[in-house]
Amino acid sequence: MTIATDSSKTNAGAKAEQTIRMYRRMTMIRLFEEQVNELYTRALMPGLAHLYVGEEAVAVGICEALQPSDYITSTHRGHGHCVAKGASPDRMFAELLGKEAGYCRGKGGSMHIADPATGNLGANAIVGGSAGIATGAALSAKRLGTGQVAVCFFGEGALGQGVLYEVMNLAALWKLPVIYVCENNLYTEYTHYSETTAGDILARGTAFGVHAESVDGQDVRAVNATAQKLVDRARKGEGPAFLLCNTYRYTGHHVGDINREYYRSKQEEQMWKTERDPIKNFAAWIIEQKIADAAKLQAIENEVRAEMKAAVEFAIAAPYPTTDEVDQDVYA
Amino acid sequence: MPEVATRELTFAQAIREALAEEMRRDSRVCIFGEDVAEAGTPFKVLSGLVEEFGAERVIDTPISEAGFTGMGVGAAMTGLRPVVDIMFGDFLTLTMDQMVNQAAKVHYMSGGTWKVPMVLRTTLGATRRSAAQHSQSLHAWLSHVPGLKVVMPSTPYDAKGLLKTAIRDENPVVFFEDKMMYKLKGPVPEDDYTIPFGVADVKREGEDVTIVATSSMVQVALGAAELLEKIGVSAEVIDPRTTWPLDERTLIESAKKTSRAMVIDEGYGRYGVTGEIASVIAEGAFYNLEAPVKRMGAMHVPIPFSPPLEDVTVPTDQTVFEAARVLCGKA
Repeated sequence: MTIATDSSKTNAGAKAEQTIRMYRRMTMIRLFEEQVNELYTRALMPGLAHLYVGEEAVAVGICEALQPSDYITSTHRGHGHCVAKGASPDRMFAELLGKEAGYCRGKGGSMHIADPATGNLGANAIVGGSAGIATGAALSAKRLGTGQVAVCFFGEGALGQGVLYEVMNLAALWKLPVIYVCENNLYTEYTHYSETTAGDILARGTAFGVHAESVDGQDVRAVNATAQKLVDRARKGEGPAFLLCNTYRYTGHHVGDINREYYRSKQEEQMWKTERDPIKNFAAWIIEQKIADAAKLQAIENEVRAEMKAAVEFAIAAPYPTTDEVDQDVYA
Repeated sequence: MPEVATRELTFAQAIREALAEEMRRDSRVCIFGEDVAEAGTPFKVLSGLVEEFGAERVIDTPISEAGFTGMGVGAAMTGLRPVVDIMFGDFLTLTMDQMVNQAAKVHYMSGGTWKVPMVLRTTLGATRRSAAQHSQSLHAWLSHVPGLKVVMPSTPYDAKGLLKTAIRDENPVVFFEDKMMYKLKGPVPEDDYTIPFGVADVKREGEDVTIVATSSMVQVALGAAELLEKIGVSAEVIDPRTTWPLDERTLIESAKKTSRAMVIDEGYGRYGVTGEIASVIAEGAFYNLEAPVKRMGAMHVPIPFSPPLEDVTVPTDQTVFEAARVLCGKA
């Protein structure tokens, strides 16, 4: 009796801890991207960035179901995946600014953050470009018997790329531990996905015998529960899965995409922000469940905000690589 | 010194032996591609490997070059050492994003943190009556890309030693085999030996003209050198063996010595390997040259099917001989 009570208490405790961890991570992504936008508008950041704001529940829900040694591949809209997999914001900001302290010594930038320590095989600026890499990582895991799982994040725009179907076929044939996570944020750059995507998205997985499910990508608990199930399944050797996460991109295709009314309405954006916001809705649930009160959540937000501010300051102050670095690491 | 019996192997056997030895040495080495297992590829280069190493390591894939090449990149990053088989070099076009945007750039883009120790084996070469989509020599495309290494063996000995080096390299290596050379025989030691990349080999020493040649064009150059000898011209034949890294010094030193140079390669001449090597020689040996560097490559046409048409598209012993004769003022 006593043991059972203790264990259920422990479980509840672990669950609450996980809930708060997910809330913190989602907040980190939101505030990270806020800083990125700020850096861009202050003209402190070279190049462009593609913000993940609005989609936080997907990256966090999925990565919470992974072990640190599991692999992910990410996309041009990849900051959220990196943070969710455990990357450190100061080194991410440094990378965005092209500084030597960045994850790629400044050579990758916003679209190429990679980090072996957190199993991040790299963000990829070719749409669908990492499908082969993620599936190959799953092949390694299976061949070497490591028990690792690979998650391939991609946007619904990648559904137009043939290589995705080639590797899904292979993953199904060879029962590889890989999960294809399709983040449908409704817009393929500046075009609604319905104009680019024929048929049923889940059928693109099931056609190959890949287990396919869809989930509300604004609900981190639902994403995490489904991801946990698919990850467990893959780890047990039951093969690949395709997870369609229905979500929304709050901002433009990139930070400079300000006037969007030619492809979507302000009302639509407003509706998602007020009614479907993944962080606000999760916060309301946390308070309702008495896992934490509003003051506690505000305190977390304040902490994260301070952390992001410090991380940006670190990156701004960090030195650029010296030019003799330019031809280093072309070859290993 | 007692005579050591020299064992002869075909080019294909040398490739197979290199793979088998590396697979015995390192359990991470695996092969995947179309019909690589029981079929041993249409060229029968891999026959017997699946029997020794099993279907877990010699893996038949669907006809999905982009897909399984991309998987090779991911597998190489995460602990395997894949040797990806692309049956015809023409199909490299299907792998280009994986090779150019992924394999070649992963190490650099990640600030040196991830590595891609992968080999892509493929073929080149015309005159097999295979027409325009199975006869191209596209090695210049890959040689153009920073992050890749490109290997072009011309003998069974070089094939074995260079392939072993390729498999042990920490970078993506593209390994081109001329499909017309698979039956070429030559001495191959049984020992474990490797040949370093970026070291040219002087296949024949000479005084009057330097002929730089790659892959099966080395055999053509050697044939031309025989003909040249008969008219009193001594040709030096040099095989760079890797187009990248390129042993510029050996090429330049030879051209300085002979004062005349030509470059023979089966890729297209325009914007190709011959142009690159000719410019290296021109820049490095300009004041020692008696004449502009002569280039010979595939004719600038899609490779035709009809035998008499196909045969005129690539350099031969005779055409190289004629060109060398003119270059040396013996015409």
